[in-house]
Parts: sequence; structure tokens; C-alpha cells
Amino acid sequence: MSEPNACAECLRRSRLLAHLAPYIEKVATGAPGSRSPELLRLSNEDLAAAVAPKVAEQVLTQVAVAPEDRMLADLVAAHCWACCRHHELYPVGLRDAADAPWALTGRGDAALLERLAPLETVTVVGSRRATSYGREIARELGRGLAAAGLVVVSGLAFGIDGCAHRGALDAGRTVAVLGCGADIAYPASHRSLWRQICERGLVLSELPPGTGAWRWTFPARNRIMAALAGMTVVVEAARRSGSLITADLAADLGRDLGAVPGPVNSRASGGANDLLAGGACVVRDAQDVLDAMLGPGVRTSAPRGPEVEPHLAQVLQAVEAGAATCDAVAVRADLSGADAAAALATLEALGYLTCSLVGVYSRTMLATPDV
Amino acid sequence: MLATAQTFTLDGISARPVRVEIDVHRGLPAFCVVGLPDAAVREARERVRAAMVNCGFDFPLRRIVANLAPASLRKVGPGLDLAIAAALLTASDQLDLGLRSSVALVGELALDGSVRPVPGVLAIAEAARERGIEAIAVPAENGPEAALAGGIEVIGMQSLAQLSDLASGEWAPERPEPMPLRLASVAAPDLADLRGQRHLRHALEVAAAGGHSLLMVGPPGAGKSMAASRLPSILPPLDGEEALEVARIASSCGRLGERDAGGRPFRAPHHTISPPGLIGGGNPPAPGEATLAHRGVLFLDELCEFRRDTLEALRAPLETGWVAIARSGSRRHLPCRFMLVAAANPCPCGRGEDDPECSCSPLAARRYQARLSGALADRIDVLAAIRQPSAEEIGGPPGEASAAVRERVTAARERQEARLGPGRGNAEMTPSEVRECRLEESAAALLADSYARRRLSGRAHDRVLRLAQTLADLAGAPAIDREQMAQALQLRRREDA
Repeated sequence: MSEPNACAECLRRSRLLAHLAPYIEKVATGAPGSRSPELLRLSNEDLAAAVAPKVAEQVLTQVAVAPEDRMLADLVAAHCWACCRHHELYPVGLRDAADAPWALTGRGDAALLERLAPLETVTVVGSRRATSYGREIARELGRGLAAAGLVVVSGLAFGIDGCAHRGALDAGRTVAVLGCGADIAYPASHRSLWRQICERGLVLSELPPGTGAWRWTFPARNRIMAALAGMTVVVEAARRSGSLITADLAADLGRDLGAVPGPVNSRASGGANDLLAGGACVVRDAQDVLDAMLGPGVRTSAPRGPEVEPHLAQVLQAVEAGAATCDAVAVRADLSGADAAAALATLEALGYLTCSLVGVYSRTMLATPDV
Repeated sequence: MLATAQTFTLDGISARPVRVEIDVHRGLPAFCVVGLPDAAVREARERVRAAMVNCGFDFPLRRIVANLAPASLRKVGPGLDLAIAAALLTASDQLDLGLRSSVALVGELALDGSVRPVPGVLAIAEAARERGIEAIAVPAENGPEAALAGGIEVIGMQSLAQLSDLASGEWAPERPEPMPLRLASVAAPDLADLRGQRHLRHALEVAAAGGHSLLMVGPPGAGKSMAASRLPSILPPLDGEEALEVARIASSCGRLGERDAGGRPFRAPHHTISPPGLIGGGNPPAPGEATLAHRGVLFLDELCEFRRDTLEALRAPLETGWVAIARSGSRRHLPCRFMLVAAANPCPCGRGEDDPECSCSPLAARRYQARLSGALADRIDVLAAIRQPSAEEIGGPPGEASAAVRERVTAARERQEARLGPGRGNAEMTPSEVRECRLEESAAALLADSYARRRLSGRAHDRVLRLAQTLADLAGAPAIDREQMAQALQLRRREDA
């Protein structure tokens, strides 16, 4: 396998974006409805003239004279590499997009680039303000998809993104696409997750190392996530969530679109439910994604848990029916407080349940053997 | 002429001896008090003068110097009035205590000469007994309290005028009966009021049986405070020595003899309390809520609302059972072995993230819950997630009464004391004692499995073992079985993933 590489012209394009970032910010976020991906279709000269007419000349010259060895040295210093659209390792999915980035900066396992084919890749996105339901599903989905051999792509953000990455890291490979340079952990509290992905997965960005995040860079990175994967799954999104942009972009590219259903009265799942109403594929677990992408039953994912004794099955049913605390389980299954506690702990040890910091139980995706 | 009298001053919850020396000599009429008196002691001059005159004594119009020895100790409170008056009467030849010269005197004087009660008489009487003093004159109202000390003659004084009768032998005071100490909390509300809440009942019983600290998380109005206030009623009754410790602390705060006193204390400070208010402090150092809760329950409602430094201050005392207050030149140790019970809402709005009505942003909820995993939470063993009881439960029959639960708790405590030594519970087991817990094979396997899957930290591993041992003690089992281990795993406080 060859090493990833980028030509000077494509590296200069990345640089230009970094230089113009503050100007694009003004244009892209000033008018409602305008979207940065449309700007990014423009050529270097048109883009500069469109967003920063006064300094366009100066910036273009500055970027044009940047020496190639200097740009490569910057990459090495940030422990990154770059891969441009002329290279064989450049992800196939991105070639479909008219506004695809000219070069990708990466940090981590470059060999993963080869596996980023649309049929082997799933993008999992969702709200940063996720509920415990959404986080649990995202984690299980990430785990299940990674275990089935797919690459899970997400955006390292709070909430769903982070959980999808974590789940995928548990079982396989994951790729994070950032809205800042690949050498920056954003958000900062996901630093340890970012580091794990750098070590065991791949972090990608279209911006050169050291570039900070701007508001417009997030929709821009969404277009990369949408193009990389054969299917985009929205786990939990309110009606105005940014993850719906990713869904729109994926649909524009003709990619499959899936959404995880949420309670119909939950604001947090409003956007995801709208997608379902609009014809998106219903995603309950990793198997649904595999069936939709590869055809029913081509590949299976769902892990089956160990045997469950009848009295535990009764408690499991109680939790599935909405009893979230030990007390509620005791009442619903008509057990003493002590028996309910013992049953819950046993089910937790078997992997069927998880418990939050404040003692609220939720069901994992682990299926019982008899179902 | 020179005269002296023995008295005591209160220092925290213990008493320090003070010798009052009075010199009356010629010069411009004046009355000065030296020897680090606080404002109340300095004002004794006016009370003593009026009391003497109104009891028919003469106030000498000469130069009077009262010295309070040792001069380096700060004297506090009005309890020195009686001793100053006695020494002044002796120095001015109006009183000759004679055979009674070794009596210690404590009491505040009213302007008419009557003797008013003062705090800390129990500690003072005990200190006097330890110094070999035969008799102590205390305010009549404090007599029964002083008599608790035992081994010392207690004289209950009504008025300053009685001093001369006492000296002459005309008045043979009755010995006051020691005040009865209540070992069990009679007036405490009963656990039967807690309807439904099977899980909480179980958690309360386990926490009480092992002395484990407990955190209750649930929406407002679900019954957290109600449950906490019923905890003392299921704890085993105090033994005699413990009751005396509790009485000594109550006495030094002037709270002994209050209507609801007796039994295990229950203290529920408001969350705006300051660190000195909680663990004790100030100058002179006064006991805080932690000490007032000694041998009882300290309940921190709205744990997340407490100031961080306040909770931090509670860490060391929780570990050692003592509060150490250092002041220039001295260091005081106040006892505070209490059971910690805390309550918190699951998120700022209180409904909990899983309620669709919850309007808290995840960041706010996370920040709120971060306080639950702070330094103090590290010391909490049991987590009880509370739910709003249904209409059926709340209108249902009353729960099991405190007495029945207390019986099981007391039996479990006895088993622990037999194993660990008197006064010790499972919550205090050292790591080496934890290793000695006997486990059935299946229980050990379950614990090892949870540990191997990184669901438990090393500290949590030991915490679960302590809880499991308490569950086994409650059941009277010789070894921890699988069921008890599973229950302990469920009851344990959760840590951040």
C-alpha cells in the first residue's frame, strides 16, 4: 500500500480556506439559509473574490508563494499527513461530491482510508444535547456497526457523536471528521477520546493543522461525513439540529438515510422522527443498518447475551416497559426492594442493563438468546 | 486582703479550670478584671456589684483587682460571676467558706442575686471531679445535669445569699437527682409513615445496619427528607457511655434538657451553612453541626447546593471521627462520629433527565451531577434512586414500623461488634478487615466479574464488599452469598464512567 500524499496545489487550497476562514464566517453565517458548502464549490479566485474582495489579491498571492516543503514540514510537525484528490487513497465516496475537499489532512491510521468506501462506511450523527436514551442507542449502534466490520464516521461532538465513537472504539474502527485542524481536540473535553481515535482510528479534516473551528466549518465538515458513508444515521435530533444538515446533504448525494425513532412527544427526537415520516429508513439497531445497506440478512451483527432465568426475564420486561429505578421495578414486578436490587445487579453484570450516576436503569441493545 | 475561688470556663465542649484571685486594698474605688476576660466576663463587675448589694452584702468601696488564672487562657461566658462574687465576699471578710473552701463555683448572677443557668455544666462537673474537687456549686436548674457526672457533691444554688448559709452550715442542700438520659429516640417520627418506597426502605435498613453513608436522589417531594428524619428511629439505642457523650455536647451548647432531646441526634443544616458552621470553628472555637450530630445522623439536603469548600471541610472529620480546630497556641479535638445522609435532585429542575418534561440542558445536568461525584461523594456508600410514589402507594397501608426494623438493625450491629470490636460497624472496616470477609464461591465470582469488566474501581470493590457484609449480617448468614453480593452491587454509589 502506498503512503498518502498530497500535491502542492491541493495543499494550497487547504491553506487558502484557513486564511479565508474569518471572511467566510461573515458571509456564510450573515445571511439566513446560506450554506458554506455552496461557497466551497467555487474556485480559489472566485471564492476569495466572493468572501473577501478587498484582500483577495493579497491572500491569493500569499498562498501561491507558500513553499511546498514548508507545508509538508508543518504537517509532520503536527503528526499529520495529507491526502489529496489526485491520490489513489483519496476516499471514493468523496469523488461523488461536487464540493469535495481538495485535500484531507489526517492524523492516525492512514490504512483506514482504503476502507472508507461507501459500502463499508456508516455515518452516525445526532444532537449534541442528547438524552440518555440517545446516548445509549448511539453507543450500541457504534459498537454493533464496528463489530460487524463497518467503519463508523462521526464528528467528535458532544452527545451522540462522542457516544458513537466510544461504542465503535469498543468493537472496531472509527473515523472522526473535525471542523478544525486534525491536530486540535474540539470540544476540548473530548481530548482523551480524540487521542484514542488518533491511536486506534483516524481523525480527518479538510483544514490544515492548527486551524481553529468556525461556525461555517461544521456544516462544511458535515458534507464530508455525508459523502464518505453509504448511509447516514440520525440517532437523535431536534427539529433544528445541525445533524439534519448532514442528513440533507447525504440525501442530495443519493446516499441512504436512516433515523432512530424517538418518543413522538420528545422534542429531542423531533427531527429524527420527521426524517422517518419523510421516508428515511427506520434504524432500531445495527442490524437494520446492515440490512438497509447491504441487503437483508447479508451480514449479521446483533450480539446475543447469555441465558436469562425466568425471574430475571420478568425484571428485564419491567425495565423494557419503562420502570427506570429499582423502586419502580420492585413495584412493577412485585418484588421486595432487596430482590429487585439483586435482580437488577445480576442483569447489569450480564450486560443487559446499564445504570446512570443517579441510579436510573436503561436497557442495552444486547438481545436475549431466545428472541 | 487576698482571696481565691475555683471555677471553670468552657473551651469547645470541655472545661478548663480557672482560679479567681481577688485583692482588695486601699486606693480610689475601682473594680478591674484582668486575665483575658471576654466581654461577658468583663461585664461581671456590674452584675456582681448589684447582686451583692441586693442580697444584703456590702460592696467594698476600695480598689478591687480580680485576676483570672491562668492568664493565658481566654475566659468566656457569664459562668464566672458566682466565683468572682464568692472570692470578693471572702476578701472583704463578709464570708468564710471554711470547711467548704474546696468547693468550685459556677453560675451567672442576676442583678437580684439569683443564680442563672449556664451551658456546659456537665463537662465542668466532670472536669472538677477529675481534679479531685469534692463539691461543686452550680445553678439549681443545672443541678440534675451536673449530677450526671457522678463522684462529686453537687450543690444547687438558687441565690447568692445562700452562700453564707452554706458556709455556716445552716443550709444542708439536697443532692439533686441525675437527669435521666434517654437512650432511644422516643419522640422521633416513625418509619411507618413511609408508604411504598420498597427500594428506599431496603437502602435505609442496610445503611443503618452497617453505618454506611447514604445518598438519595430523586424529584422534590418524593420523600427524601421524610425518610432521612426517620432514620434515627431505626438505629440501635445509644449505650450509656454514648448517651453521656451526646449529653456532654448538648450541654455545652445549652441544649440539654430540651423537650426533644435524648436518643440519637438528627441534624439537618441548611445548604447555605458555612464551613465553620458545619464542622465547628470561630473564636473561641464552638462545635459545629457535625459535632452536634455525634452518634446520630447528619442530613445534608440538596447536597449539590452546598458550597464546595463546606463539603470539602467535612472530608477529614468523616474519615477520622474528629474535628481538629487549630488556633494560635492551642488545638482542640471535637468528636463527630455520625452517619452521613445526603439528598439531591437528579438535575437542576428536579424531574430527572428521563422525564420528557425535564427542561435542563445536558450540560447543566452534567455540571449538576458533577457535584455528586465530588470529593465528599467519595465517602458515600449507598445510592438510593427515589421515585415519586404512585397514588396507590401513597394512599396505601402504612409501611413496616420502626421498632421491627430497629430489631433487625440492632441484631446486625451486634454481629459486627462481635467480629470487629465494640462500637465499630462494617462501614469502618479497614482494607485488611475487608479481605477477611467470607464469601461463597458464587458471590466471589460475581464480584470478580464486575471488577474485571471495569464496572468497579478498586475503591468501589471494597465498598461493595463492606455493603455485602452488612447484608449478610442482616440475614445472619455466616458467609456472603450471591444474592447478597448482587444486592450490594446494586446499592453501591455509582461512579463516573
